[in-house]
Amino acid sequence: MKTESLLEKALESGKFVVTAECGPPKGADKEILIKKGKSLLGWIDAVNVTDNQTAIVRMSSVAACSILKQLGHEPILQMVTRDRNRIALQSDLFGAYALGVRNVLCLTGDHQSFGNQKEAAGVFDLDSVQLLKTAHDMRESGIIIGGEAIQGPPQLFVGAAENPFADPLDWRVIRLGKKVRAGADFIQTQCIYNLARFETFMAQARDMGLTEKTYILAGVTPLKTVGMARYMATKVAGMDIPEELISRMAKTPKEKQAEEGIKIAVETIRRVKEIPGVAGIHLMAIEWEHMVPEILQAAGIGNRPAGVA
Amino acid sequence: MIVAELKEIDEIRKMIDRYSSILVVGCDSCVAECAAGGARETQLLAAALKLSYLKDGQKRIISEACIDRQCVDDFIDGIAEKVPEHEVVLSLGCGAGVQALARVYTDKPIIPALNTLFIGETQMRGVWVENCLGCGQCKLGYFGAVCPVARCSKKLMNGPCGGSKGGRCEIDPEIPCGWDLIIRRLEAIGELDRLGEYVPPVNWSTSHSGGPRRVIREDQKP
Repeated sequence: MKTESLLEKALESGKFVVTAECGPPKGADKEILIKKGKSLLGWIDAVNVTDNQTAIVRMSSVAACSILKQLGHEPILQMVTRDRNRIALQSDLFGAYALGVRNVLCLTGDHQSFGNQKEAAGVFDLDSVQLLKTAHDMRESGIIIGGEAIQGPPQLFVGAAENPFADPLDWRVIRLGKKVRAGADFIQTQCIYNLARFETFMAQARDMGLTEKTYILAGVTPLKTVGMARYMATKVAGMDIPEELISRMAKTPKEKQAEEGIKIAVETIRRVKEIPGVAGIHLMAIEWEHMVPEILQAAGIGNRPAGVA
Repeated sequence: MIVAELKEIDEIRKMIDRYSSILVVGCDSCVAECAAGGARETQLLAAALKLSYLKDGQKRIISEACIDRQCVDDFIDGIAEKVPEHEVVLSLGCGAGVQALARVYTDKPIIPALNTLFIGETQMRGVWVENCLGCGQCKLGYFGAVCPVARCSKKLMNGPCGGSKGGRCEIDPEIPCGWDLIIRRLEAIGELDRLGEYVPPVNWSTSHSGGPRRVIREDQKP
């Protein structure tokens, strides 16, 4: 074990790991977060706390991680480089670790033009790979960017995202390799709808020996409606939803679409579970966190009574 | 070159309405190339202002001049006689030109008529694109002569991000993905191997982050 992370412990045990996303509220009401957190408690190995996702102002991910940790969760701090420079990012890594956070997912973040602060300056002092290496170097060498030694270096289990569906396609696995070399202990992928493409990506990752060096968690997002499917297919960056899935949702009567979306998610989980090198799943049930237990049960994945502290 | 665009006439009017005599000054270099502030545009703007005041029944003295470079004193001196005859100078220079005029003509208000946009190239007639941010440490040699700082919306040094689709940027399908261009270009010249290595954080201290920059060359001083 490189860290005290319970996520690392779960992954190392070899069991099929489940992480889920929990979006902090658009405001300071922590009860909303606690309610979401409680619905996930006991079902997942670790909870991803998003960092102003899609560039919409929300409660800080460090604060939300701390609240969820007190609830009994193992939080994964998501950190984007869009909003903070290297001084603030490194400072937040110290602070988060001091609050008990043991995992970080390093991201660049959606461009600010997608969110509700379109006139904001995009910082992008570092990119996701550089942030990843920064967190890795803190743990392995006890240093910050520039090489200065620090007091009590955070011992974080460090993750990165990868989108197997973005272009240029052949480049994705090369970039994955770059992230693994920079120190990615685990990878969480973009939502998977195009399974054939994901299987190709995993085969490429296995061929390059990457599945031996990092844990890959397959991203799954249940579709609520055909409208959501169409919106994600056309408006959300980096999404690949095959036409057949959209028409499957469209053919389903409106009141049954949520059920159908869950059925698709369950089928996806079953399929990815069979792919060699997939260490688990990452469920991103956007504003639908309370459905996670039902999806996991339907997919034949039990709860996690011992999964959390 | 510096690429700029003419402001709306209403915005210009708001800034100059308080003056009774206006000298409209063009700049016949960069901003002429991008058809924003050259001799032709200076004539057009002066005519449009005259018409605009006439329509409102207001009297204004509007004259015009154009110099080759508003950012170089030798050329700025060319309007030395006209400036004192007017209450204000309306500059069609870039931000550098406007400020250089203000440095030389210390007692004269200088108003910008353009929005200065970027360092770029004329890709074809009527199309100008940004491709340099002036970061102060050119790494184009490693990226196939496509700049990740200027041409990636997120300034990624280890791109592309997950939002690249069909060679287009996630923020606007009209924008080519800078990283797609980098990869294709390196592929074409057989140097894709340059991208295998991790690129460390950029040293932004040579960019504007290091404060307003200047270059001093003793060998060039008079």
